Amino acid sequence: MSVQEVLPFNGLASEQSGPFRADHLLVAEMVKPGSKVLDVGCGDGDLLQLLETRGIDGRGIELSREGVNRCVAKGLAVVQGDADTDLVNYPDDAFDYVILSQTLQATRQPKIVLENLLRIGRRAIVSFPNFGFWRMRLQLLIGGHMPRTENLPASWYDTSNIHFCTIKDFVELCDEIHVKMERAEALDLYGRPLRLRLPWWVWNLFGEQGVFLLTRGQGK
Amino acid sequence: MVGVKSVPSPAISADDRSHEVDHPSSEVALFGADQPLRLDCGVDLTPFQIAYKTYGELNADRSNAVLICHALTGDQHVANVHPVTGKSGWWETLVGPGRPLDPARYFIICSNVIGGCMGSTGPASINPATGKVWGLDFPVITIPDMVRAQAMLIDRLGIDTLFAVVGGSMGGMQVLQWTAAYPARVYSALAIACSTRHSAQNIAFHELGRQAVMADPDWHNGAYADRGIHPHRGLAVARMAAHITYLSDAALHRKFGRRMQDRELPTFSFDADFQVESYLRYQGSSFVERFDANSYLYLTRAMDYFDIAGDHGGVLAKAFAGIETRFCVVSFTSDWLFPTSESRALVHALNASSARVSFAEIETDRGHDAFLLDVPEFFDISRAFLQSAGKARGLTGKND
Repeated sequence: MSVQEVLPFNGLASEQSGPFRADHLLVAEMVKPGSKVLDVGCGDGDLLQLLETRGIDGRGIELSREGVNRCVAKGLAVVQGDADTDLVNYPDDAFDYVILSQTLQATRQPKIVLENLLRIGRRAIVSFPNFGFWRMRLQLLIGGHMPRTENLPASWYDTSNIHFCTIKDFVELCDEIHVKMERAEALDLYGRPLRLRLPWWVWNLFGEQGVFLLTRGQGK
Repeated sequence: MVGVKSVPSPAISADDRSHEVDHPSSEVALFGADQPLRLDCGVDLTPFQIAYKTYGELNADRSNAVLICHALTGDQHVANVHPVTGKSGWWETLVGPGRPLDPARYFIICSNVIGGCMGSTGPASINPATGKVWGLDFPVITIPDMVRAQAMLIDRLGIDTLFAVVGGSMGGMQVLQWTAAYPARVYSALAIACSTRHSAQNIAFHELGRQAVMADPDWHNGAYADRGIHPHRGLAVARMAAHITYLSDAALHRKFGRRMQDRELPTFSFDADFQVESYLRYQGSSFVERFDANSYLYLTRAMDYFDIAGDHGGVLAKAFAGIETRFCVVSFTSDWLFPTSESRALVHALNASSARVSFAEIETDRGHDAFLLDVPEFFDISRAFLQSAGKARGLTGKND
């Protein structure tokens, strides 16, 4: 997969608009109205609420009991569960989209989780922090310590993020398991998409996170 | 749950209890020979009656009806003073003005289950064929039988689809049976502290309780009513054992510890030296004043037989295939009678059926009984679930 195959970003306001996070707005924009969505690792349900305002039938899985209860108290259809162990309980093609937002790096088996996403959903939307981001690299290169950022403030010994990767790593994994990228975006530190069509290495360096719309590839 | 300070026992006589069996202080629906209740055991029960209470008004398009299913020893008196005990309704924490189930908004129905002893036909009722109390001649009933009878009542009330079916413990089993048997008639389902099948441990506890009843010489093979007596002692022991399973080690320790009851030192006897003993004895003795021993045998048996997957080729998800009902499943961390793992198995099956399901586990040390107690997080979740379902259903209320 080369960057030329990736569709350029088009049209979303780059400013923070309203109460919703910019990366959530980008994800929501990738989902066709009227579709059925599973949000894996849905946290407090902010993305699900955003999707609901757009007439999307959303469900969620969340690991933390507090998060689940806040979601259910908001009237969202969310169950307590673990992406690593509970996705196997969902049947094939149960959803139009399965979303894994900022959670891939916290799973024990990212590859199996990714395969499950695209078994349960016809499409998957995956976002994750890019460990190739220049500030990460700089902290490791100059500071000589494990990187910490505003969005990833935990120390190495108490982080739940056990499988960090770079945008480049992720693209390679998608190739390896024959997952097709319909669309890719890199977001800056403020969750705004990098607007220019740039080569992969630039995204890998300047994207603070990557957001990918995936479908099942051929040849599997 | 009643505190350890002994509440003055209301003046209840056996007459109050037996009077309620045939002449309940609530509405009664009679079903004659033309409408028998077809039981799982193969018997047609006829005639029979269902005692029920309603709260609130049915709206014009009949879309705001909520059915509450009561637990093992509950009854239809959800939110009014109990006619036998004089205590307030058993679920006034959830049902009432300003509560998640507000009669200003919903038409709330609760019926005594078939096999019960508060006005619906059960082993304590008169068998019209003999003119005597049914006793053990009453056919064995199941959870699906209870639900079938409720569906007949709902038909009688002219309601096609229930906005919600709500219940905890045995009531939760009925909720799940409703969704499995009549999915199109249940818009939303709130199943609390329950399971799709009764576990071996729970069957074991029930067997213990039944054996305690049957070991009471006053039981007389279930024919005690003819002799004008009641196996109080056996039933009280059954209730005491069961009551322990409704609590938790932590809750018992917090409430009672090893504290003594009205004394400083042990009496070196088998008196209720400890507060926890006194509390359990009170639970046992107050229970027998309002409950029929044979009814206890039949209802515990119904729970034991409950196994939705077993009724669907062993695959739980099949019971809910294609269902459009909105589910909310709630469990409590310290509930060891219906532990969270049971709710999780249900949720997995619902997910596999692509059902719309919410599942919350509530942190509390109050055990299985938590669903009857004041647990704010549980109410918040119940309220939000019902409100969002109401919005989807097009129900409008003044609280919106």
